[in-house]
Amino acid sequence: MKTIDEINEKIKSGKVVVVTAEEMVEIAKEKGMKKAAEYVDVVTTGTFGPMCSSGMFMNLGHSKPRIKIGGGKCLLNDVPAYCGIAAVDIYLGATSIPDDDPRNMVYPGEFKYGGGHVIEEFIRGKDIRLVAYGYGTDCYPNKRIETYINKENVNEAYLYNPRNSYQNYNVAVNLSNRILYTYMGILKPRLQSANYCSAGQLSPLLKDPKYRTIGIGTRIFLGGGIGYVAWNGTQHNPDVLRSEDGLPRAGAGTIATIGDAKQMDSKFVRGASFIGYGVSLFIGLGIPIPVLDEEMAYYTSRSDEDFYAQVVDYSNDYPNRIPKSLGEVNYAQLRSGKINLAGTEIPAFPISSYSKAREIASILKAWIKEGSFLLTNPVAPIPGVGSGIKMNTLEERVPDILFTGETE
Amino acid sequence: MKRRFILKFKRNTIDKPIVYKLAKDYHLVFNILRANISPKADSMMVLEIEGDEGDFRKGLEYLKGMNLDVEPIEQDVKRDEEKCVHCGVCASVCPPNALYVNKETYRVDFDYERCVACEHCVKVCPVKAIHVYFD
Ligand code: SF4
Ligand code: SF4
Repeated sequence: MKTIDEINEKIKSGKVVVVTAEEMVEIAKEKGMKKAAEYVDVVTTGTFGPMCSSGMFMNLGHSKPRIKIGGGKCLLNDVPAYCGIAAVDIYLGATSIPDDDPRNMVYPGEFKYGGGHVIEEFIRGKDIRLVAYGYGTDCYPNKRIETYINKENVNEAYLYNPRNSYQNYNVAVNLSNRILYTYMGILKPRLQSANYCSAGQLSPLLKDPKYRTIGIGTRIFLGGGIGYVAWNGTQHNPDVLRSEDGLPRAGAGTIATIGDAKQMDSKFVRGASFIGYGVSLFIGLGIPIPVLDEEMAYYTSRSDEDFYAQVVDYSNDYPNRIPKSLGEVNYAQLRSGKINLAGTEIPAFPISSYSKAREIASILKAWIKEGSFLLTNPVAPIPGVGSGIKMNTLEERVPDILFTGETE
Repeated sequence: MKRRFILKFKRNTIDKPIVYKLAKDYHLVFNILRANISPKADSMMVLEIEGDEGDFRKGLEYLKGMNLDVEPIEQDVKRDEEKCVHCGVCASVCPPNALYVNKETYRVDFDYERCVACEHCVKVCPVKAIHVYFD
């Protein structure tokens, strides 16, 4: 048994034993759980995939005369940013696209440029063209401004991502006769391809499946810099189907993350165009997991063979919200490049980068080793298994009576 | 020896029986992997040529003398290594598996030898890391 504080003391004195999640799989096999728990202090994880639920808050500073962009309109390299907040605070979402983008009008659309790309360029230090409109008030008389912003001349710029780092995810297939262009990539017709999107044995939340050590306030690697877990992510769903030992067998937990964009590295924050689908943002994220005891040694040493995912049809079932699984496969099968679904062999392809996930886990390991990154005790837990969370759905509803014609 | 080339035709060479000459005069075996022929614009053809070394060299000289651009495929299909994030999206659409996930490094490797310049990868790469230069 160790505490996070004890581990931090070891980090400060240079005595910490930190390994990547891949290395931990081997160490536990060699030494057994008890010895592995004593020997290893921290296991680092990583993931690098498209995360649509991401974006950046910025404070632009005040112009002279002042303009109230809040309640007005704001474009960054022609990409609309949300400005329904204070005068010069804005939020640029990863999936936002220019008003004149042809979208899927000529199918499949290319979605060449959007919020994700602007965020990448901003992190690269490039100038971003700002055009903003306000309606003019006594205190904010200016009605239009056109200028350039960059990471040197804005006040704050931080990513706030409502949902990152999905704990497990669907494997997408296509039962129909035509190609599908989805956020899971291109799905060939009649089960000719299966796409998956998880770093499996390197994936942060899979290695702390019950959120024992990851909670609100946890310090993490985010986009090449340091970030924090702000909250549970949207659609956080801990009570999904799990294995007997507690590993989720479908998309389960998520985290909301926050981090200073000015310190990030575009190697780990990349705009993405998904043909026929839209714009997204590749984000690199890593979490160190303290090996507090044998249970954490057990969880951090689970391998691709232990993690199962559900195969879902994206031609009919997913779009129509039909909760159906065509079968289960594990990440060792996926990573081998082929899965077997009821006797049918299907080529499997990743859409998130395992090599980048590896790189992130190694960087985080190096940071901890050299003492520049300390672990954190969560300030509060995120909802765990048995919390009773159910995913609500959005049902369409129209008023019964559109016009009553009388008032009392 | 066997190699893949991209042939670019100027408008006025399109009606010459080039491929026929390659086979008849230089004893080369060829395989047309892709062709984009238009009487109105410049055209291109992706050709795999096989033969013994002497014939191969002479055949290439003949082609170059015909007012065509002949380029080995690796000069025309390029991946920007700085940009590529090794996500794997391209691997799922590459018909000859020229782009594939390396099972050790889990990076996406590019085997130019197998490429047929179909451009599928160009369209799907989320970070636009692959370019095909036809002109
Ligand atoms: S799709 Fe693009 S970024 Fe992804 S592996 Fe292929 S070339 Fe690299
Ligand atoms: S152009 Fe791209 S998709 Fe087509 S064969 Fe070459 S590498 Fe594969």
